[in-house]
Amino acid sequence: MLASLRTDLEIARRGYLRYAAYPAATAAGAFTNIIFGLMRGSVLLALFAERERIGAYDAAATIAYVWLTQGLLNVVALWGWQELALRVRTGDIATDLIRPIHPMRTALATDYGRAAYQLIFRGIPPVAVGVLAFHAVLPADPLVWLAFVASLGLAVAVSFGFRLLYNLAAFWTTDTRGTMILALVVMSVFSGFVIPIQFFPPWLAAIANATPFPAMVQTPVDIFVGVTRGPAILVALAGQLGWAAGMLLKSYWVFALGTRRLVVQGG
Amino acid sequence: MDEVRNLLALYRRLIEARLRAQLQYRTSFALEISGTVLISFIDFVAILVIFANVQQLAQWTLPEVALLYAISGLAFAFTDLAIGHLDDFPGLIRDGNFDLLLIRPRGTLFQLLTADFQVRRLGKVLGALAVLAYALANLSIDWDLGRVAMLVVIVPVGVVIFASIWVTTICIAFWSVGAREASNAFTYGGQFLSQFPINVYDQWLRRFLAYIFPIAFVAYFPALFILGKPDPIGLPDWLRFASPLVAVAAAIVASAVWRFGVRHYQSAGG
Amino acid sequence: MPAIELEHVGKDFVVRRAAGRFRRRTDVVHAVSDLSFSVEPGSLVGYIGPNGAGKSTTVKMLTGILVPSRGRISVAGLVPTRQRTKLAGRIGVMFGQRVQLWWDLPLIESFELLRHIYRIPSQIYERNLSAFRQLLDLDKFLRTPVRQLSLGQRIRGELTAAMLHDPEILFLDEPTIGLDVIARQRVRELLLSANRERGMTVLLTSHDLTEIERLCSRILIIDRGRLIFDGDVDTLKARYGKERVLVVDLEEPGPALQLDGARVIRVEGPRQWIAFDGERLSAAQLTAAAAAQAPLRDLTVQEPEIEDVVRRIYQERL
Repeated sequence: MLASLRTDLEIARRGYLRYAAYPAATAAGAFTNIIFGLMRGSVLLALFAERERIGAYDAAATIAYVWLTQGLLNVVALWGWQELALRVRTGDIATDLIRPIHPMRTALATDYGRAAYQLIFRGIPPVAVGVLAFHAVLPADPLVWLAFVASLGLAVAVSFGFRLLYNLAAFWTTDTRGTMILALVVMSVFSGFVIPIQFFPPWLAAIANATPFPAMVQTPVDIFVGVTRGPAILVALAGQLGWAAGMLLKSYWVFALGTRRLVVQGG
Repeated sequence: MDEVRNLLALYRRLIEARLRAQLQYRTSFALEISGTVLISFIDFVAILVIFANVQQLAQWTLPEVALLYAISGLAFAFTDLAIGHLDDFPGLIRDGNFDLLLIRPRGTLFQLLTADFQVRRLGKVLGALAVLAYALANLSIDWDLGRVAMLVVIVPVGVVIFASIWVTTICIAFWSVGAREASNAFTYGGQFLSQFPINVYDQWLRRFLAYIFPIAFVAYFPALFILGKPDPIGLPDWLRFASPLVAVAAAIVASAVWRFGVRHYQSAGG
Repeated sequence: MPAIELEHVGKDFVVRRAAGRFRRRTDVVHAVSDLSFSVEPGSLVGYIGPNGAGKSTTVKMLTGILVPSRGRISVAGLVPTRQRTKLAGRIGVMFGQRVQLWWDLPLIESFELLRHIYRIPSQIYERNLSAFRQLLDLDKFLRTPVRQLSLGQRIRGELTAAMLHDPEILFLDEPTIGLDVIARQRVRELLLSANRERGMTVLLTSHDLTEIERLCSRILIIDRGRLIFDGDVDTLKARYGKERVLVVDLEEPGPALQLDGARVIRVEGPRQWIAFDGERLSAAQLTAAAAAQAPLRDLTVQEPEIEDVVRRIYQERL
């Protein structure tokens, strides 16, 4: 058990290093994140010229929301991830299937490595800018920080599960680009990345909450910003866990179907 | 004149070849177009959500913002359609394939810009047109020849501005392929910025958008003219007609930066 | 007026290498140093050297891709980087390892596009296209998308693409890499006929000596950025290509054979490598002498490799 955990960590470490190999790209990406933070912040704050609160959000919470989401955008890979689809398309997936560890497990460990790297190098810069230049407020309570980190970890898992699903379409169709782009747009709107779900009209918020997407962004953000408090945090975390487990199980099943098809049809 | 005709003939040939190749897969093509229409509609959802909470955004109503969104969206959609493949250019540098453009008797920028044509992005045009229809139906505009002309002219002018920004910022790949993502802040970021009235932004950003990074000339100033709206922040009136000049200036800058980038590539090596 | 002329051309690259965790060291690499030569129109020149010698860098400078750090270059009377587009219309370039054709489109469409890009008059286009179709047997795959072509077919397409517009000078960078013997021969015939019939100057880079030998009358050898040989094939072979190696497998392992005019340079079990001067001794004579000393089971003759030739040139210069 411990040995396999060490393997997971080793795989995660490699995932981390893979992204650490491109410092120029990371710097450019962090720069872009910050620029977009400036823009989104301006637009959303303009709403508070008209009102004091929207849902549970006030201007201060919105500032924190904007900079945090800019930082988390890449951690939860909201912008598309095609690695598995690529491996299926090129046939490299065959070598993965021969290995003793299930490819999904390898991919998940690698993804956590990636998420860790991006948390540091693309998560911290925008949040730092938000705090230093725009007076974004950080949580005071260490328990809230703990809950936030847990929630973030679960968010990565939920996102991973969903990403797997739209990658697995590669087992059945050659062109996954269209599906991926549609998935991305839906994800960004319904995860609360573009606009907080708190701002949605109740019927739209209900639709969003019926999907796994808020669990990828809105849930950890709401904990951080203080909108989700006390026992509600536990409920939120449980919800994320449910979504993560559900998506991963579904992916596992679809993956099995896909590999069976691959073996039968010969790629 | 002969040269221009040759250039146009060449471009037309390239487009036809691309279209033929892409239309070969009918169903996939239809799916992609409908996909992009849906996407451009979902983008507008954010604006609708904003206005579900407030009546005005920086003194602009929903139909007014929709007009901004539509003009900006149309200009960007056409730009994306024509030169969106510019995002692949850093890959060319990385793989050493930019050299292949240098050995042909044509300008490298011309070759790049005419290299592809993504028909599926037509869906974004349709989406933007839908939003435009919504905006015009809900606004009471005092239409005259000038306003109609403005609406018609502003889209190609906007394309030139967006395209110039895209070319200028993608040149960073000549110095660092890895840093190429920074250009997104200006191309897609620029588009985002142009969808909202500039008085939403802080003073310094407003000035920046009017005088240095001319995104305000894509949709904001023309929209002020079409709507007959006084500028809420009191910028001079003649700015509303400056867009074509801005486009020309932007194109000159883009072409100069490109040439500078190519020079660098030729000395520093592939 | 020479077709190609280089005078004291040098090219330096600045390379940043990691030195430790956070520091970076800047080095200057002299890819090409003090290169001077000229090529008359209508010549067939081979440009060879080991990997990393500076062959591709030279070709890139000649074709307008790179600006030299020092020196003067003139191709078809023009300065490559200063008159790039004008020069490009008069030369043809083919990189064996790069795909110039349009990947998704049928081969014929690539040609049609090139026709417009190079502004080829329709008469010349038709004439050249039908000539290449015949010479290279293109009809079978003219309508196939380039991405579906085999390597040999693609190279034939690329060569056609490089020559469709009747270039005065043709630059070929490793054009036959990965091709089989028959394909190579076809390419050779094509180049010879183009040179003969149209007076096309050809500069061909390769690190395959035998290939160059069969095609080019003149050979330039570059190593570590410097020209170390400029002459014809015969001179090269006479001076440096004489040494051959006879590899014999004895029936049983034994001591090194003692042979007149030859020396054993390596022994591994029953196998012995015998170096000899190809001018003074024939392989047949040596074999007979060896067989007289010990029964032979098998034998091969090795020709000099370009690396060996280069090494010998250095040794001679020292």
